[in-house]
Amino acid sequence: MVNAIEVSDISKQFVLRHTRSIKEAVVWLAKGRKGDLSEKFHALKNVSVDVKTGETVALLGLNGSGKSTLLKHISGVMLPDSGTVRTRGRVAGLIEVGAGFHPDLSGRDNVYLNGAILGMTEQQVNERFDDIVEFSEIGQFIDTEVKFYSSGMYLRLAFSVAVHTDPEVFLIDEILAVGDEPFQRKCIEKIQELARNGKTLVVVSHDLDLVSRICARGILLEHGNVKFDGSIHDAVALLRS
Amino acid sequence: MSGTSPAELTTPGLGGGLRDLRQSSFLLKLLVRKELKVRYRGSVLGLLWSYVKPGVQFIVFYVALGVFLGLERSPRNPEGLSNYAVYLFSGIVLINFFSEALGNAARSIVNNGNLIKKIYLPRELFPVASVWVSGVHFFPQLVVLVAGCLVAGWHPNGLQLLAAVAGFVIVGLLATGLGLLFGAANVYFRDSENLVDMLLMVATWASPVMYAWTMVQEKLGATAFAVYQANPVTIGVELFHYAFWFPTTDGSAAIPPNLFSLWTPVGLAIALLVLVLGQFTFRRLEGRFAQEL
Repeated sequence: MVNAIEVSDISKQFVLRHTRSIKEAVVWLAKGRKGDLSEKFHALKNVSVDVKTGETVALLGLNGSGKSTLLKHISGVMLPDSGTVRTRGRVAGLIEVGAGFHPDLSGRDNVYLNGAILGMTEQQVNERFDDIVEFSEIGQFIDTEVKFYSSGMYLRLAFSVAVHTDPEVFLIDEILAVGDEPFQRKCIEKIQELARNGKTLVVVSHDLDLVSRICARGILLEHGNVKFDGSIHDAVALLRS
Repeated sequence: MSGTSPAELTTPGLGGGLRDLRQSSFLLKLLVRKELKVRYRGSVLGLLWSYVKPGVQFIVFYVALGVFLGLERSPRNPEGLSNYAVYLFSGIVLINFFSEALGNAARSIVNNGNLIKKIYLPRELFPVASVWVSGVHFFPQLVVLVAGCLVAGWHPNGLQLLAAVAGFVIVGLLATGLGLLFGAANVYFRDSENLVDMLLMVATWASPVMYAWTMVQEKLGATAFAVYQANPVTIGVELFHYAFWFPTTDGSAAIPPNLFSLWTPVGLAIALLVLVLGQFTFRRLEGRFAQEL
């Protein structure tokens, strides 16, 4: 098996900036750089993770442990301060569904826009459009502006677009709580189907029962360090203890 | 197995800058279409606002400057500019294009922060889409301008039409370059967008839109006038005057010296230089967009 994701020894510091204006920066310089203009905070410390093609991995940890930050490094939204991240094939994030939705556009326009944002070509969106609408169960409302959708409809459509982008690596961040119970089950089935088809999945979720069902491997993060990397059941047990 | 999986490992998040736009042309098209749809949402006049606003602006300037301040040539004022209305409007449409393009491009990264924070895509798309949208809004104004020119007896030759294209390209490139520069800077310092607003106010008056370039030459020395002339927006406006206004006059009006042999290449070179500089700065800064927004 080849590696789909190679994260080697990455560190990331966040600057908790206090100032947003040039004036304050100039005053700070004029005062001889007294005090810290910014505080620093280690979000990731020397993290190394290799994920093989077709693996299903859950990133676990408490709030602020660096799970989402790691996911953002894998997707390329963030670049590490040191270390390298490399991925194979197209990576798509189901990161916060609906990030690319515009409330004033119709469902149809949003499917196209969001599909393109997630890296689909025009032809791919055209081909999959009917599947996307069918999966989302939006039906006749597809030409209604998205701002009139219920929050459930909105999420269903967004999830449906994301799940039809067909990349090699899926990154999933806290989006499994989509819609009502039946739709949730459908989403999880879809994700399991992707896993069966050999897609690589990296999931961030606080729903431990759910990730135990979807993923085989668990990586436990604590304060930006990898604390445990092994089977999902051991990782969940460790987090719960 | 996903049999199509490319064998190479690549580093995510490192784009190829403006070159990436060719692969993302579908997304660029959709972003432009989105902006156009969203711009006048919920308004009765809709796209008509793109005509109404410059129309009113034109009338105000024409009455105040042309009539009250005496820039229009009339029997009592032989020193004025003939066809001042055409002169004024041809400059205004280009400045409007520049203002809208740069103003929106400078805000585009922060306004799309939600997306940039969550999904990786070539971020140059946003400033470029802003400039493109302004280009689309420029078109109806151009139609009005051409209609006005035809009424005034416009009979351009090929060189004059080429001058219009050159003027538009110079200003478009400059707006894209400055848009990348200020758009990226705006992520770190929100002062950037206010700086742009100020710059745009100055730009309107730093080019011969309302007045004639000869008035500037009379007041400034040769060196200062050369500096004034080196502004790509000034060159763009003068090219527009040459394309739209000059052919409606009797041809006795003076064209700025060396407009084609020197200033057009200079304007193009400066605009390209700004574009390269903007792209360079943008790529230096974009790595930390997600955490700073």
